[in-house]
Amino acid sequence: MTVQSNMPAPGWEDFPHGADVGIRGWGPTLEQAFEQAALALTGVLTDADIEHRTSVEVECDAPDVEVLFVEWLNAIIYEMAVRNMIFGAFKVTINDLHLRGTMSGEPVDQTKHAPSCEPKGATYTALRVAQGADGTWSAECIIDV
Amino acid sequence: MDPSRFTRIDPTTWQIEPTGAMRVPGVIYADENLIRDMDEKVYEQTANVAMLPGVVKAVYVMPDAHWGYGFPIGGVAAFDADEGGVISAGGVGFDVSCGVRTMLTGLKVADIKPVQKELADSLYQQVPVGLGSKGTIVLDPLEMDAMLKGGARWAIERGWGETHDLDRIEERGQMTGAEPSCVSDRAKERQCREMGTLGSGNHYLEVQAVTEIFDQEAADAYGLKPDEVVVTIHCGSRGLGHQIGTEYLRDMLPAAVAAGITLPDRELACAPIKSEVSHRYLGAMRAATNCALANREIIGHYARKIFGHFFPKAELTLLFDVSHNTCKVETHKTDGVTKPIYVHRKGATRALGPGHTDLPEALRKVGQPVLIGGSMGTGSYVLAGAASSEDLSFASACHGAGRAMSRHAALRAWSGRQIIKDLADRGILIRSPSARGVAEEAPGAYKDVGAVVMAAQEAGLARRVARLRPLVCIKG
Repeated sequence: MTVQSNMPAPGWEDFPHGADVGIRGWGPTLEQAFEQAALALTGVLTDADIEHRTSVEVECDAPDVEVLFVEWLNAIIYEMAVRNMIFGAFKVTINDLHLRGTMSGEPVDQTKHAPSCEPKGATYTALRVAQGADGTWSAECIIDV
Repeated sequence: MDPSRFTRIDPTTWQIEPTGAMRVPGVIYADENLIRDMDEKVYEQTANVAMLPGVVKAVYVMPDAHWGYGFPIGGVAAFDADEGGVISAGGVGFDVSCGVRTMLTGLKVADIKPVQKELADSLYQQVPVGLGSKGTIVLDPLEMDAMLKGGARWAIERGWGETHDLDRIEERGQMTGAEPSCVSDRAKERQCREMGTLGSGNHYLEVQAVTEIFDQEAADAYGLKPDEVVVTIHCGSRGLGHQIGTEYLRDMLPAAVAAGITLPDRELACAPIKSEVSHRYLGAMRAATNCALANREIIGHYARKIFGHFFPKAELTLLFDVSHNTCKVETHKTDGVTKPIYVHRKGATRALGPGHTDLPEALRKVGQPVLIGGSMGTGSYVLAGAASSEDLSFASACHGAGRAMSRHAALRAWSGRQIIKDLADRGILIRSPSARGVAEEAPGAYKDVGAVVMAAQEAGLARRVARLRPLVCIKG
């Protein structure tokens, strides 16, 4: 896909929620918005750099693109929990609401990463996946921590 | 929130009249300041829950309420199976059966002071805490299922706890109706190394001093004495509960559509009580409840061992263990009829009043201990359930101070290292793997816990028994 010159560069941020935290990613494609939101999820936990030592692949399906976004985040949260890892790079492809994701990272090191919290799950609250007038995709929701 | 949006019934009761699709009113218990400071989203979320099928009497909201996901945190709603009532996974939340237990030590503050630092270090080293920490207990599939069925009773049978604790745990330490077969392999995999771990976020283990007694009779019944030391543990069902919440929330979305339920918010995904999905969810959720009860029993055992090292004669006896993210079948009187209903408490504590037959003999005269976790700087409270809570809130009360500020804002306002230093100057030792985590949990990010418990008392939900001040806080 051609990236328009006036389109903002891919990026991510977190945003406030009562007790938990919202994450938002954006980019020229839906896939990049999902990748950026995943970086925001890691950003909620740590400010440290993550080494790309091990890669993990996941797949998920959903009835619509918003639920697919929640499924993607929950797949990351699951892999973090069972592998005791933290991820710093993500690559996503989406075809017909089927997502293939690759994430790379390293084992959690409490001294190095000093993780501030533990994500319990991605929620449907403030869930929004949309393409703006300038073509930029954004994906966001609240994470329960 | 603007108080003028409510019908003010009395100084601490604020009613949202049913409009539009709302089937019942919403009732918030709080004083005027707490209402003014409460997030607008609490109003919206309360009204949304009141739209769900089969909701009974009213949706109740506790004084510590804040913006949640689907349900407000601090929300209580009950559903009648015979009226098309529903079960909502979001109405319980991701941390199934998250709760608090308080143990008496019989020690004085003066006993603790000489070893306070060593005690803090030892608790921090031996109780796994924070993201990435794993326990020493590894469960194989058979033991996993035994734990999910047995709860705290299972933990005690394995040597992590004492039999007399069971009387002081909700459900006598073991939730009936748990179905390990309804818990996915992924949920079990998330849990196999997490027994006896504290977790993160607002979870903690604190050594606390009793600083003030408000109700002598109840304090005597509870064994709380001024200047004595207690241990309080706040945590839940860990990865297993989180995964169950995640999976059933997803499964309830199509179930709601299939049942023709219009969801005002997808996070309120629910299914009729009389449905296959709800049946499976209840089996899994009850298993997760047992996981939480076992987890707190094991951490309590660790606390006993560590205290035993410093104080060989000290005996840690359990005051009470109560959960605040639950869905239970309970018998209540609604519209003149007493019948079983499905009570969801999302960030709200069951608060049985004096005389309730579910309470153990020693507590029955004064009512159930209601354990209120405050922030690490301001302290916590022990309340006693009031008989009037039965009519006011299906016998429920608040569960904590409630956040007044987002993590995002707290991180901008405070430095974790500075908070740790300031609290140390005040005699409160914090141990945490993350200075940033401490900043996000800064005392100033919470509501005034004193105002919250006063509002709960004035509303008739529970009465104050004692105030606790932290001496040591182990924080994920």
